[in-house]
Amino acid sequence: MRHVSEYRDREIARKLLDAVRISVTRRWVLMEVCGGQTHTILRHGLDELLADCVELIHGPGCPVCVTPVEDIDTALELAKRQDLILASFGDMLRVPGSHSDLLRARAGGADVRTVYSPLDALDIARQRPDKEVVFFAVGFETTAPTTAMAVRHAREVGLSNFTLLVSHVTVLPAVTAILASPGNRVQALLAAGHVCTVMGWREYEPIAAQYRVPIVVTGFEPVDILEGVLMAVHQLEGGRHQVENQYSRSVRREGNRRARDAMTEVFERVDRTWRGLGKLPGGGLALRQEFADFDARRRFGRDGDYSEETTECRAGEVLRGLLNPVQCPAFGSDCTPDRPLGAPMVSSEGACAAYYRHRRPVATGAHDIHE
Amino acid sequence: MSNRSSIGSGSSCPPRCAGHDRIQLGHGSGGRLSGELIREWFLPHFTNEALAVLGDAAVISLRSDRIAISTDTFVVRPLEFPGGNIGSLAVHGTLNDLAMMGAVPHALAAGFVLEEGMHLELLDRILHAMAAACRVAGVSIVTGDTKVVERGKADGVFVNTTGVGELTPGFAPAPHRARPGDAVIVSGPIGRHGIAVLAARDELRFEVAIESDSAYLGPLVMRLRSAVGDAIHVLRDPTRGGVASTMNEIAVSSNVGIKLQEIYLPIPQPVGAACEMLGLDPLYIASEGILVAFVEGAAASQALISLRSEPLGEHAAIVGHVVSDHAGLVTLETQLGTERIVDLLPGDQLPRIC
Repeated sequence: MRHVSEYRDREIARKLLDAVRISVTRRWVLMEVCGGQTHTILRHGLDELLADCVELIHGPGCPVCVTPVEDIDTALELAKRQDLILASFGDMLRVPGSHSDLLRARAGGADVRTVYSPLDALDIARQRPDKEVVFFAVGFETTAPTTAMAVRHAREVGLSNFTLLVSHVTVLPAVTAILASPGNRVQALLAAGHVCTVMGWREYEPIAAQYRVPIVVTGFEPVDILEGVLMAVHQLEGGRHQVENQYSRSVRREGNRRARDAMTEVFERVDRTWRGLGKLPGGGLALRQEFADFDARRRFGRDGDYSEETTECRAGEVLRGLLNPVQCPAFGSDCTPDRPLGAPMVSSEGACAAYYRHRRPVATGAHDIHE
Repeated sequence: MSNRSSIGSGSSCPPRCAGHDRIQLGHGSGGRLSGELIREWFLPHFTNEALAVLGDAAVISLRSDRIAISTDTFVVRPLEFPGGNIGSLAVHGTLNDLAMMGAVPHALAAGFVLEEGMHLELLDRILHAMAAACRVAGVSIVTGDTKVVERGKADGVFVNTTGVGELTPGFAPAPHRARPGDAVIVSGPIGRHGIAVLAARDELRFEVAIESDSAYLGPLVMRLRSAVGDAIHVLRDPTRGGVASTMNEIAVSSNVGIKLQEIYLPIPQPVGAACEMLGLDPLYIASEGILVAFVEGAAASQALISLRSEPLGEHAAIVGHVVSDHAGLVTLETQLGTERIVDLLPGDQLPRIC
């Protein structure tokens, strides 16, 4: 895997790290938006390597984490139906709703399937005309285009037993809400490379100008992140606030037009409640009127639910970058990946899971980080 | 196979006769069809004295007064995958468990839960692979059992194997024997079985050029033993849960810390690439043809040389060492020189979604 190992090269990383060190005149506060980036940072100890130069705050870019409890409860309600197969991505199955999660529902007899793509759910619908198949569609603009293609295809072939429980969200309103909040400490953003692969970075330009923050579209490997940090630091030190692209091997300013077109054909932007961030204007996607037949909420009459979040879980503060997971009183005691109180402890992109997996304090004393 | 009366009953049906190309419920009835199944499909693969008697139990003689017994049940899907099938896996799996205790495998018992409707040709390929694996390891299947369940109640076939092996004095690797200063050796590339099986399911939607590493590890153990003897403190085959889970179990059993070094981990390119695509960590992917050895520091290079002299061990590497701090915990020095925890996973690894 030469392509990847290049982006984990110790020497390149060290050079970038040295470059960051000699560039800074003070300690800056950066936020990486995507949970995938958070995991890379924790997994490779980048936050510790950078500790004297920058503070890395972890952003809300974990789609499973921001999925509101009521959507999970709706999925659980649907999964109870005997005539129905519920399909979703693996991460989603372990996220707790108000009273249960989809894995437990499956153990209790519900037909819940893990799929790698909405197209797999479409295949299930094709193979099981005797069942209603609902795809629980979560994710940012990275997964939304594939969902859109699945719906488009279902309409083309007249598949009538396939519907969506849409919980897609869009990144930019969340980022804007964080930058606009009164207590904001974030001085520069590392934007999520995968989302920008689809969306491009044009829409980030007014944000950078309005909030005077450098934004660097950044990839997911250690070298990507160190380079993204270096580019952001150069801007901060130079008093600039532009959008720059570190992830040029994947991202163009215009993004991926075909993917975006599929998305806009099928979905429209709507206001959406994010777990932890509240109602965000334009923060979610919903099926357009002409695709309303594919809306599971409509078909099965599950609209307007309201569920209470557990009060012990402080995911909201974690998702807004106000609380480091290890500062949460429940971290590692009442809340573990085996018995999670909230989604960030479950998801492969959740910040709490990243700390638990890679940086858990141990009873026998903290482990030493040596270079 | 243990039901003598069914085997004894006569049948006019010629071998592998027409109309019986699939398992039927009758094959589990204990009646004539059961006898046919045993006689026509099983026995031709497994000829040995103990089995030929077809008694209710096999009778065998052992020299040692210390015996190791291990049992394992195999439910792999799909039943056939590049590099093997459930049959070869069921033989290797149990024999390797015996070998990891330092035992020399002597005999196997095999139980089959067959699903109504399973193709007999497929069963034949599975049995053929089992017999071949047994021959390579020099052991026999001396007794067995078949049951048939209704269609939908099993996934083709489930196989249980139970193995008996002999222990000899002066060699007793065990999970609790790791000590600070031990070198941690991995005998070959990690994660091949898990990725090969995942790729053999149609779910991946991309091609992975990799075969399962499923193999009998006895020769590696023999070679190690003759090179460094009881300086081998622990032997384990990192199957389900991969290298990471195995290391965690050993760290807890021995109450020691384990430090791994990422740059020395032998991760084959296709395994690394598939893991990248799916968001999986190769450290948690199963292998079926490698072992992990904890060897006294002073004997480590000799152990490594001995492993590398075997075809199965040519890519063996020292990937870490045992420490006295952070008992019960496994850490990994990353390629960048930082250190992180290698934890047990709460459940299966799940593919990422973005």
